[in-house]
This record gives sequence, C-alpha cells and structure tokens, in this order.
Amino acid sequence: MDTIKLTIDNKQLEVEKGTSIYNAAKSIGIDIPVLCYMSMKDLCIENKPAGCRICVVEVEGRRNLAPSCSTDCQDNMVVRTHTPRVLNARKTVLEFILSDHPKDCLVCPKSGHCELQDMAVKMGIRKIPGEEIAEMSTYRLDTSPSIIRDLDKCIMCRRCETMCNEVQTVGALSAVNRGFYAAVAPAFEQNLEHSPCTYCGQCVAVCPTGALTEVDHTPEVMTHLADPKKTVVVQTAPAVRAALGEEFGLEPGTLVTGKMVTALRQLGFDYVFDTDFAADLTIMEEGTELLNRLSAHLKGDKEIRLPILTSCCPGWVNFFETYFPDLKNVPSTSKSPQQMFGAIAKSYFAEKKEIRREDMVVVSIMPCLAKKYECQRDEFSVDGNPDVDLSISTRELAAFIKQANIDFDSLPEGEFDNPLGESTGAGVIFGATGGVIEAAARTAYEMHTGKNLEKVDFEQLRGMDGVREATVDFDGLPINIGIAHGLGNARKLLDDVRSGKSKYHAIEIMACPGGCIGGGGQPQHHGQTEILKARAAAIYTEDKNKKIRKSHENPFIKELYSTYLGEPNSELAHKLLHTKYFDKKKKIIVNQ
Amino acid sequence: MSSIKIKLKKQDIDKIKEITASFNNEEHELINVLHKCQQHFGYLPAEVQEVISDEMDIPTAKIYGIVTFYSFFTMTPKGKNPISICMGTACYVRGGEKVLDEFKKELGIEAGQTTKDGKFSISSLRCVGACGLAPVVLIGEKTYGRVAPDDVKEILAEYK
Repeated sequence: MDTIKLTIDNKQLEVEKGTSIYNAAKSIGIDIPVLCYMSMKDLCIENKPAGCRICVVEVEGRRNLAPSCSTDCQDNMVVRTHTPRVLNARKTVLEFILSDHPKDCLVCPKSGHCELQDMAVKMGIRKIPGEEIAEMSTYRLDTSPSIIRDLDKCIMCRRCETMCNEVQTVGALSAVNRGFYAAVAPAFEQNLEHSPCTYCGQCVAVCPTGALTEVDHTPEVMTHLADPKKTVVVQTAPAVRAALGEEFGLEPGTLVTGKMVTALRQLGFDYVFDTDFAADLTIMEEGTELLNRLSAHLKGDKEIRLPILTSCCPGWVNFFETYFPDLKNVPSTSKSPQQMFGAIAKSYFAEKKEIRREDMVVVSIMPCLAKKYECQRDEFSVDGNPDVDLSISTRELAAFIKQANIDFDSLPEGEFDNPLGESTGAGVIFGATGGVIEAAARTAYEMHTGKNLEKVDFEQLRGMDGVREATVDFDGLPINIGIAHGLGNARKLLDDVRSGKSKYHAIEIMACPGGCIGGGGQPQHHGQTEILKARAAAIYTEDKNKKIRKSHENPFIKELYSTYLGEPNSELAHKLLHTKYFDKKKKIIVNQ
Repeated sequence: MSSIKIKLKKQDIDKIKEITASFNNEEHELINVLHKCQQHFGYLPAEVQEVISDEMDIPTAKIYGIVTFYSFFTMTPKGKNPISICMGTACYVRGGEKVLDEFKKELGIEAGQTTKDGKFSISSLRCVGACGLAPVVLIGEKTYGRVAPDDVKEILAEYK
C-alpha cells in the first residue's frame, strides 16, 4: 500500500494514497465543514461535485484555496484548515449561497433539520451583505403524491442527482440549465409525476435543505382523529420502531416499539395495529406462491417463470413497471404488507367489529415515501374508498408526537391491539435488507419439508453488501436466493433475469439502501451508515426477543385463515391480497 | 409515473436511430449525437430527445440537462429566415448590440426565439470572420455588412 505523509493543522499523519484532505483530516479528528459533499462508504455512495466550496483549506505553496473533499493528499503537503483566510472564504461562500436562499426558516418544513441552517449557525452569519439588491431565483412548486420540490431552497449540492442516477439508476432528476437558472429537475422541467420517479424518496433522505420534502399528511390524520364518527385504525411498519427514537434524541438503534404504541394511543387512534401482522400474512401468500411456482417449475412446466421476486416495496414496484415491464409477470402478485393490512382491516376486521367501510380510516406509519403513492393507486380501493387512507412517515409521526406535547421518553411501554397487532419475528425483519426472504425461507422450509426448522436465523442472508446471494438447503433441495437493496443493484439482478442468465429461485429487492430502515421517510441519517447498521441490529434484536419467529405460527394469522380466508392463495385471498402490475414504460408511437 | 407517449414520423425516428447507431449508441458520444440531430432537424424538440434517450439508454433528464447547458443546442425551431447578429469584439464595439436590439424590437422576440409565423428567428453569435464589415448580420446564407439600426427595417422588408 502506497502511503503519503502530510501535516494538517500542525499534526503529522500518514494516509493511504488517494485519500482526500477531508478524509485525512477526519481520521485525526478534524471535522472540516461540508455542505455538498456526502459519503456513505459502506454503501459505496459518494457525492463530491466540489460545488459549494465550503470545505476549502489552505495548502502551503498553492496559490488558491483547495476544496478538501476533492483534493487528494500529496507527500509533504502542509494543510491548514482554519486560518483567517480560510474562515473568511467559507463565510463569503456561505453568504453567497444564502443571498439566493429564502429566509422563511421559521416556517420551513426542514427547520431544525437543515444542514444549511446549521452551517449558518456554525459560521455565525448575522447579516447577508448585499441582501437587498441580490436577485433571487424562483421556481414553481412541484407537488407529487409523495414528494414536494421547492427549488427556491435548492443549493445545487446535487446529492439528489447522485442518489437518483448513480445509486438508484432511476434517472428522474438531472442538473438542467446553467448559471443562475441552474436547477435539478426532471426532463423538460416537468413535474415529478410525469417523470420516471419511483418515489423511493432517497433524494429527500439526502437533501440538506428544504428543497425536497415529503407531502405532509398529518393534518388529514388529525381531522379524522377529531371526527367522532370515524374509527381510526393505525398500522406501523417494522422499520419505524428502530428509528423513531432518534427524533427524540435516543441513540440510533434504540427500539421504541412499546413507547410508540403508547404514543399512538395517546394521539387518539382507536386501534393500534402492526404492519408486521400483515408482513406475516405476506409470507403466507408469497411463500405459498413461491412453493407453487417452484414445484411446477421442477415438474418441467415451461409456462412458469422463475425466479420469483418479492413485491413488498412500492418503490421497487414503480421501478420495474417503468423499466422492466416485460418482466411484470415475474414478481410475486402478493400485495405489500401495507396494502394487505388495509384490505384485511376494511373487510375481516370491519365485519368483525361491524364498522361500515366508509366510517373506518386506515392510517399507516411508514419509513417510506413511496407508500404515500402506493395507497393512492386505483387498484387499492373499493368504489373510490382506499384500503389505506393515509400514509405518514416516521418523521411526520415524530413531529405529530412533539406537537401533541407527549413526552416520548417517559412513556410507558404499550402493547399492540389484537387481532391485527400480533406478529412474529419473521414479520419484524421485513424492515432490513434480506429480512423478507429470510422470513419467507423460515415458512417455506417448513411448508415444503413438513419438518420443524431448528435454526431460524439465516445469517447468510443478512448484511449490507448491495448484492448478496446464498443457497438455503430445503432438506436436499438447494434454493438459490439473491438479494439486492438500492435500485441500481436491483437493476443488475433484473438484467440477468431479462437475459435468462439468472440462477436464482427467489430474489428479494428493496429500493432503499439498507432496506426500509434506510427509507426515504426515516429520520435523516446524513449519510452515516453506522446509523443504518444500528437500526438493522435493533430489528434483529426484536426478532430474537419474539416468542414466535415464524409467520405461519402466528395464532391470529391461523385464525384469519381458518375463519375467513380459507387457505393461502384461496379465491378470497386472491381477491383481497393479490394485485397486478402495469406497463408504465415510455412509448414511442409512429405518427403516420 | 404516468405513461409518456411520444409521437414522431417514422422517417424521423429512423433518422435518429441511424444517427445513434452511427455512434454505436455509446454514452460518451451523446454530444456528437445531439449535434448531428440538431443539424438534421434544425433544433432538438422533446420528442427527439426522448427517442435518443430510448435508443442510447440514457435518462431523458440527463439529455435535457445537456441540451439546456450548452448554448449551441436549442429546443426552439429556427425561423425560415434565421437571423444571426455578430457579437464578436469588432462588431460589438461598432454597435452590434444596437442592431440586435433593433431586430428584437422590430420582430417582437428575444434572441433565441422565433416569430409566431415561423418566418424569423434571432440568435447572436461570436465572430464570423468578417470583422472589416462590422457590424455583421447573417440572414440564412446572406451576409449584410456595416449594418446600422436604421437599416433593419429595410433588410427585413426583403423577406416579407
């Protein structure tokens, strides 16, 4: 390994060749401020357009200041990170950025979580010179079902562009125009709704300012809660409990399941249920579908296409409908847990409690922004009444709890209501990459072999590598499993499926890096992968602590089948719990 | 996403395909592809960019980003009589800008735009190599030298 010796702020150090000044400084505890730069090392994600120039440093012998994020260390370099010249330059740069930035921080949805605001505080900006005469760029507001683009607040860090193009390979956003009119936008500056956007929300997850935010559905939720005629049912996704605590100052990875349940009850929800229950239900349906397809395939049925792909993730569904519509019969037809929950709540549960469909409101708490779009899809409603009425993100829930002056930290542990609140460890691990397929393996193994699975932990399916594979032994039958998280990684596996080269029987795909724990609706991790790892660890701890860890052993799932659905993939199960996919690829039509 | 439908004539689609194929659909050739397409169509409308995107497997947003970044590329069709006013140093100091302003005033359009009837479009360019004739105006292939703002009306009359 080639190493380089240099001095930063009078400290000598040795770093690997190719290390940036920023990273070298970081390794000795010097935190150079950055704005556009973002690094998620474990996920191989790096954004360094060297555009903002906040991270400049003085390098001895160099005429101009160097952007530390994108300048490599060189032998005998002498770097100073906080000379008056450096500090003045940073301040000037920030003042320029602020001169073209709205000053409505008080009412900005990002207030308190804004990196630009933090930077202004850090640099002690008290006045913006020339503010009165500075021209402000203005753009129209773009509101989609999930995401709001308020480009007046964009600082052109281009993190969203990196996420959308390099990580997700969706290609909805690009830098357009130039100079003062530069913006990050879809093709022809159309609205997101008319772009290939999957609503994965990774752009929102990394946006340092209020330029990209989620559509806030909390006001509608409050209206329903205040309506005595409505029975408001809430479901919480597995990944929420592993991250919600961060919004209240708890360490990343702190499980807050019980406190979250109590908070929801205090907010006034009539029934506090768990999406994990529906995750168990998903396993019953998807697992059965996998085994049916597998056995037909093994018998030589050429009509049957393998691998089967998971279909829980709405960002992923949007992605293949847009980019791989030719493969739309490959994913499982099982609805996502959110939608299965809604369908069961408004049929089975509503009938049981004698609540009319129009009097029931189903709210979901999701780590995800694509869920907002998913619940608005036409096919998930009955006579215009949606199975899931509203979906709010982990962040929105945290804000709601704060508004209601609930002291989250001191809340007692609550328990989910029954019957739709009971879940197994298998349902919980849906929140982390590899979790869905592990949960499916636990159930499919027992369904297929008729034997008891002794060791339920499939360690080989866990981890943070973008594409993983493992072979699970179904009592002599080797099942090849592929896992991808992040849509760019998914694309790699999909290309193989398209060309017939895929060797897998089943593939799990999650749109967001890390799975739902890294979802676009989660508390912002600002690129720190340690936070994602801590959340994943929390999810697996919850799984371990559960008495029941296999979906098919959930007593309320058993009851649902024995008293209502019949068996997995039954006619009623198909009607309520399965869906179809649409071809959303752009069409080129010959105009005669 | 709602499904996007692009309508173009078959011969136009074939022409774009021919151009992208001549560059082996390689991503780094995008700018060359755009040049060729603009040469052929006179401009780069959204439909053309969509077909290029499809053929070369490059997001349309990226292509649009490039088209809007480089001033050479345009999404507005040029007029039947494209007017180019030289803003090179020599022409500029001899009043090129005033000539440009006069054309804008007479036609009621800005530089980079085309009149509603499609007859004229205005663009400014840098040095046509006829500095001795400054300020210079080109309309189509025809060159006008030593143009004064007062001449503009008369010049336009030739094309009406």
